[in-house]
Amino acid sequence: MKILVPIKRVIDYNVRVRVKADSSGVELANIKMSVNPFDEIAIEEAVRLKESGKATEIIAVTIGPDKAQEQLRTAMAIGADRGILVKTDAPIDLGGVEPLAVARTLKALVEREKPDLVIMGKQSIDDDSGQTGQMLAALLGWPQGTFASKLEVNDGKVTVTREVDGGLETLTLTLPALITTDLRLNEPRYAKLPDIMKAKKKELEITDPSALGVDYTPRLQVLKVSTPPERKGGGRVSSVDELIDKLKNEAKVI
Amino acid sequence: MPVYSAPLDDIRFVLHDVLGAESLSALPGYEEFSADLADQILEEGSKICAEVLFSLNQSGDQEGCVLENGDGLTSVRTPAGFKTAYDTFRDGGWCGIACDPAYGGMGMPHVINTAMKEMICSANMSFGMYPGLSYGAFEAIHKFGDEALKTIYLPKLAEGVWSGTMCLTEPQCGTDLGLIKTRAVPQDDGSYAVTGTKIFISAGEHDLTENIIHLVLARLPDAPEGVKGISLFIVPKFLPDDMSRNAVVCGAIEHKMGIKASSTCVINLDEAKGWLIGEPHKGLRAMFAMMNDARLGVAMQGLGIAEVAYQNGLAYAKERLQMRALDGAKFPDKPADPIIVHPDVRRMILISKGFTEGARALSYWIGMELDISLKHPDADTRQAADDIVALMTPILKAYQTDMGSEVANLTVQIYGGHGYIQEHGVEQYVRDARIAQIYEGANGIQALDLVGRKMPQGYGRLLRRFFHPVQRFIEENGEDEALQDLVFPLARAFSKLQQSTAMIAQKGLKDPVEAGAASSDYLRQFALVALAWMWCRMGRVAQERISAGQGDKAFYEAKLKTARFFMQRMLPEADSRFKMAMAGAESLMSLSAEEF
Repeated sequence: MKILVPIKRVIDYNVRVRVKADSSGVELANIKMSVNPFDEIAIEEAVRLKESGKATEIIAVTIGPDKAQEQLRTAMAIGADRGILVKTDAPIDLGGVEPLAVARTLKALVEREKPDLVIMGKQSIDDDSGQTGQMLAALLGWPQGTFASKLEVNDGKVTVTREVDGGLETLTLTLPALITTDLRLNEPRYAKLPDIMKAKKKELEITDPSALGVDYTPRLQVLKVSTPPERKGGGRVSSVDELIDKLKNEAKVI
Repeated sequence: MPVYSAPLDDIRFVLHDVLGAESLSALPGYEEFSADLADQILEEGSKICAEVLFSLNQSGDQEGCVLENGDGLTSVRTPAGFKTAYDTFRDGGWCGIACDPAYGGMGMPHVINTAMKEMICSANMSFGMYPGLSYGAFEAIHKFGDEALKTIYLPKLAEGVWSGTMCLTEPQCGTDLGLIKTRAVPQDDGSYAVTGTKIFISAGEHDLTENIIHLVLARLPDAPEGVKGISLFIVPKFLPDDMSRNAVVCGAIEHKMGIKASSTCVINLDEAKGWLIGEPHKGLRAMFAMMNDARLGVAMQGLGIAEVAYQNGLAYAKERLQMRALDGAKFPDKPADPIIVHPDVRRMILISKGFTEGARALSYWIGMELDISLKHPDADTRQAADDIVALMTPILKAYQTDMGSEVANLTVQIYGGHGYIQEHGVEQYVRDARIAQIYEGANGIQALDLVGRKMPQGYGRLLRRFFHPVQRFIEENGEDEALQDLVFPLARAFSKLQQSTAMIAQKGLKDPVEAGAASSDYLRQFALVALAWMWCRMGRVAQERISAGQGDKAFYEAKLKTARFFMQRMLPEADSRFKMAMAGAESLMSLSAEEF
C-alpha cells in the first residue's frame, strides 16, 4: 500500500503572529516556519502503518517556496520515503494558492502516483480553512474520513473513528480513500539523528504547478487583514440584581 | 514556571554568518556536513531539549536523586521522568552525535555538539551530566584504549545504553591528584584488581543505563610517587563478558546545593576487576585529554545557564509592572510601566545578553577549531587549531562559568523577591550554575593553567595564535568608519592585554608567585578581549548584512546595539583587571596568616 501525505509549511505554532503594517497579510519575513502540526500527525500515522507492515511507501508532498524543502526533509526524517515539492512563490493562503487550487494540485499528483491512501491534516493552523481534504476527496471521487482520531487498515478497507460534535462516529471506507487527522490520532515522535542524516539522501523531486496543469490564479481577494480587537478586562458585580441590570441595559442581551 | 526556547536564530547567525561552519565539509570525515543539515539537526535537537528535558528541570531539582538498598547492593534512583527522557534522548541517537562513526557514533562536527550542549545545559544541566560524562569516557577510550577495549566499550557508549564516569577525586585529593591512594594490582589474566574510595563521582550510580563504565585513576604497585605514578583503568559496573556484577559499589550520594538530579556518588572499589588504558604511569596524560574536553563541556554549562536565565529575566522585565519610567509614563493606560523601562534593569538584561551572545560566538569558534585540530589534512593547520583550543580552554571554562553564575544572579535580581522564592524557578539557576566554577579544575586552577602552562608553551606560540588574528582584524577594519565604535575599543583593550602578558611573562619567569597573583585578573582581562573580538566580528557581519539589505534588519541592528553596549559597559572591566593584574603580588602576600 502506498500512502501520500500532503504537508504544509506554516508559521511555527510558537510564533506570535504579527499583521503587516499595510494590513495586506501577516508578517512572514524571517519568521520561523514549521510543518503544520496536524500534518505531523498525518506523517506519524503513515509511518506507523509502514512500521506495522501495512504500507510499503510514503510520499510527502508540499506546495510552497524553495525553502519548503526543509519541511519535506523533516517529513523524511520522521519516515517518509521521498518528497515532492510543487514550487511556487505565491502564498499558500486565501488570495494566493487557495484550498481548491491545492486540492487540484494534489489530485494531479494522486493520479500520477496512484496511492491507496491519502492522509492529511484536517486543517492548517494559518488560515484554518479546513477544506482541502474534503475538496480533494470530492475531486477524486474517493470516500473520505475526516477528523480521524483512530485508524485501522484491513483487507482493502480502512476503519476510521471520527471526532464529531455529538461524540465519536466510526466509518468503514473502501480503499483508495482519504483521511484527515485530528489532534488525538497520535503523538508524533521526535526525529532521530540518524534518520535526519538519512533524510538528506532521500529523493526530493521539485516540480511546478504548470507541469501538473494547475492554475494558481486566486478566486478570492483579501481586502484587509487586522488583529482582533484587544479583549477588555472584566468587572466584578456586587449582586445578582446588578448583573441582571447590566445584562439588560449595558450589554442589551436580555 | 520558567520558560526556555532554543535561541536557534542566534545559533544560526553564529554558525553560518559569523563562522561559516559549513566550510567544515571540506575536511575528511565531514563531507556530509552542510548548513542545511546543521539547521535540521539543531532544530530537532532543540525540540527534545525544550520539550522533554526542560519540563523535568524543576521537578528534578525538587525530587533529587535517592540512594536505595536492594539485594545487598545500593542503587540510585533518578527523579521521576528522567529514565523516559533518557530513553527518548538515547533512541534519537543524540548520545553519540560527535562520536566516531567507526564505533557507532554519528560523526558530526564538534561545533554542532557544542551548540547541542548549550541547549541541553539551558534545558536541564543535571540531565546533561549523564550523556556528557559518557562522551568524555568515549573520547578517552577512543584515544588511549587498545582495539579490544574499543570494540567492547565504544559502541555501547556511543549508543548510550552504557554510560561513563571519571573517577579521579578521593577524600584526600581533589586538585592535587599526586596524592591518589587507590591501588591496582595486576592479575594473571591481564586484568587488575582495583581497590580504593572515590568521591564526588558524577553519574557514578543511576538507573538510566544497563551498565556504567568507570574510568579510574589508580597506582600500580611499582608506581613512582606523585602524578608520575598514576595510571588509568576501565572498571565496568557489570563485566562485559557475562554481565556479572563487579565489586564497584556506590556507598553514598551527596546532598548538594544544585544539580540535584545529577547523582554525585561515593564509589567504593573492592578488588574490582579493571583493565589498563594506555601505558602504565601515564594516566595523567589520558586524564588531561578527558579533562580538556570536559572543561569545554563545563564552559557550555556556564553559557547554557546564562542563556536560560537571560530569557527568563527578559520575559519578566517585559511583563512585571512596577513604577513609572524616570522620564514619565511609557504605558499610561496600564497601572504601571513594565520594569524594562528602567536603566538599571536594562543594564542587567544587557549584561546577560552581551555575555551570552558573545560567549556563544566564542564557544562555537573554539568548537570549530577543535574540529580543524582533529580533521584537517595539513599538520601545521591542525597544530595551529590545537594551540588555539589549548589556550582558550581555561579561559572559556573560568570566564563562562563565572558569568553563568553572574547572569543567574542578575536574573534573580530582576525578579526581586519573586526570584528568591522557589516558585518561579530562577533561584535554581543560581544553585545549579555554582558548581561549574568549581569542578573540572576550580577557576583559580584554570587561571594557573593559563599563566603557568599555556602562556610559556612553545615560547608563547599559543598566545601568538590568538594575538596575530586579532592584530590582523584590527589592521583590516580599523579604517572602517561604520565600525569605529567597535574596533577602537578592541584595539585599546588589546594593547593592554599585550602589556600585561609581557609583564606576567617576564615577572612570572623569575617568581611564580607573581604569575599566580596576576592569574585570575589576567584571565578575565583576556576573556573580555576575546569577547570584544567576537563582538567586532559579529558587528562587522551585521553591518554588512544591513548595508546589503539582506536578512532580518531588526536582528542585525540589535546585534550592533548590543555590540556597542558591550564595548561601552562591559569591556571597560578589562581596564580594571589590567590594573589589578599589574599591581603585583606584594599586597596579596604581605600579611602573615596570623595578621588576618
